[in-house]
Amino acid sequence: MKKNKKYSLRRYKIPIRVRQALWGVFFISPWLVGFMTFKGGPIFSAIYFGFTRYDAMSHPVWLGLQNYKEILVDPLFWKSVYNTVYFVFFNVAFKMLFSLVLALLVNSKIRGISIFRTTFYLPMVVPVVATSILWNWILHPEFGVVNYLLNLLNLPDIKWIVTERWSKPSIVLVSLWRLGETMVIFLAGLQSIPEQVYEAAKIDGANAWTVLLRITIPLLTPTILFNLVISVIRAFQVFSFAYIITRGGPLNSSLFYMLYVFRQAFKYFNLGYASALAVILFTLLVLFTFVLMKSSRRWVYYEAE
Amino acid sequence: MILSKTRSRIISNTIIIILLVICACIFIFPLFWMLSTSLKTIKQVSAYPPVFWPKPPMWKNYIDTLNFIPFAQFFKNTVVIATVFVIGNLISCTFVAFGFARFHFPGRDLLFLVLISTMMMPIIVTLIPLFVLYKNFGWINTYYPLTVPAFFGEAFYIFLVRQFYRSVPFDITDAAIIDGCSYIGIWWRIMVPLSKPVLAAIIIFAFQEIWNDFLKPLIFLSRTKLLPLSVGLYLFKGTSESVDYWHYLMAASVLFVLPMVIIFLFAQKYFVRGVVVSGMKV
Repeated sequence: MKKNKKYSLRRYKIPIRVRQALWGVFFISPWLVGFMTFKGGPIFSAIYFGFTRYDAMSHPVWLGLQNYKEILVDPLFWKSVYNTVYFVFFNVAFKMLFSLVLALLVNSKIRGISIFRTTFYLPMVVPVVATSILWNWILHPEFGVVNYLLNLLNLPDIKWIVTERWSKPSIVLVSLWRLGETMVIFLAGLQSIPEQVYEAAKIDGANAWTVLLRITIPLLTPTILFNLVISVIRAFQVFSFAYIITRGGPLNSSLFYMLYVFRQAFKYFNLGYASALAVILFTLLVLFTFVLMKSSRRWVYYEAE
Repeated sequence: MILSKTRSRIISNTIIIILLVICACIFIFPLFWMLSTSLKTIKQVSAYPPVFWPKPPMWKNYIDTLNFIPFAQFFKNTVVIATVFVIGNLISCTFVAFGFARFHFPGRDLLFLVLISTMMMPIIVTLIPLFVLYKNFGWINTYYPLTVPAFFGEAFYIFLVRQFYRSVPFDITDAAIIDGCSYIGIWWRIMVPLSKPVLAAIIIFAFQEIWNDFLKPLIFLSRTKLLPLSVGLYLFKGTSESVDYWHYLMAASVLFVLPMVIIFLFAQKYFVRGVVVSGMKV
């Protein structure tokens, strides 16, 4: 039986290989078609639309670089860039910090610890729309329970959501409720650190603080890099919270980049201008990811090296 | 010496537990508040100081909510979209993953890398061209933009199944080939039945994804009759911003959240999507 198979394989070696390859391409063909239709192709269309004036009704009119020139002097563009960078910075910084602390806490070997893991992850399964509506109510400037709790602590009311000063912090606060995923990824990273390393440190008499700074964090850098890339990419695309809670207001103080693109595209139907905006964000994110990955060689610990 | 060690351990564990309990209260409080508000009377909703445990709980609010917004319609729409979306992904992703996992062809690894990188692609850059495309197809205000792409596979699910298929011993498929089974037969009769645990994970992920989706239905659907729960609730919120309706909004949110929470509590291990990605080796 075995001999027979070997014989036939040798005899048809090349045809079988070609046939195998064709079957392989056949099986991945749905994805290939889907990729070109729904992912790869649209990128090129977006780049093309970015050079045109287009309202989805008439044909696109070629403008060259005019959209990009207009964007550079568009005050709302700069405002949305500022708002978005503000959000990305505070969202990512606090999210990384809090989720790492929580991950360290739920990594301890205490009975029933999984209840806490479940609790911290729970907000992740609440749909974004429900999260937004709920927090809109919690932070309601007149009847919100957060202001009541602040009063209990003898702190003054905060005009969440409805003031220019507090609209962005409100959205950051809401976004931090959903740090479960980042935390769980940190937890997985923590659990992959071998026990012997900690034991060796204990024998050497290292205290908890030294262990954290000298062992845990350096060994966790691959996970930190992963979480950082994912969080930044996501934070730059913040949309639903602001769209539902503040609608970009008041006075565009929470107009994030995605909201501005959405407004240009699906409210004013400036599809060309909006595409140019989208292309700018896309390029920046690709560049950012690339730079972060490059820099990672310097600060990420890789076992194999 | 030993005694003091256990004592310091007890102290540190107590501190950790206290911290954990405080954090857990902060995280769970919004959900408690959602439930509590949904059971209040109009008067209690705007009362100061706020009512924490409404007595008696107004379960009638839920019936009123169902009459107040076309909740049943939105719910039905969501289930229809989700079902087609999940089925599409199950078929296409096992099919494509089979190709990536079990065949050699030039450019395969490069294509797989492209597939992986589409997971990180910001949705915004494709949204406008897709809108134009679907408009030309006449797909605006239909469910096709939300469901048809699922039949062409989604990177994350393909990745999951492919990892699993690589671990299936070749003896099994070789034996089937000798018995005269075609590759399509192997995919459908051997690989798909073998991958039930992965398929369960995909069902849950995909269901959660579509349940959560807001931006795409917002852009591609505008008729109220067609909306899924996410956009439906948003619309409802927009038309009823005054204080009189927050208890209804919260009741609707509870009903919207409940299916996901129940699924989560019963199938927790499948939910932690990010962990799978972070640990991936291409």
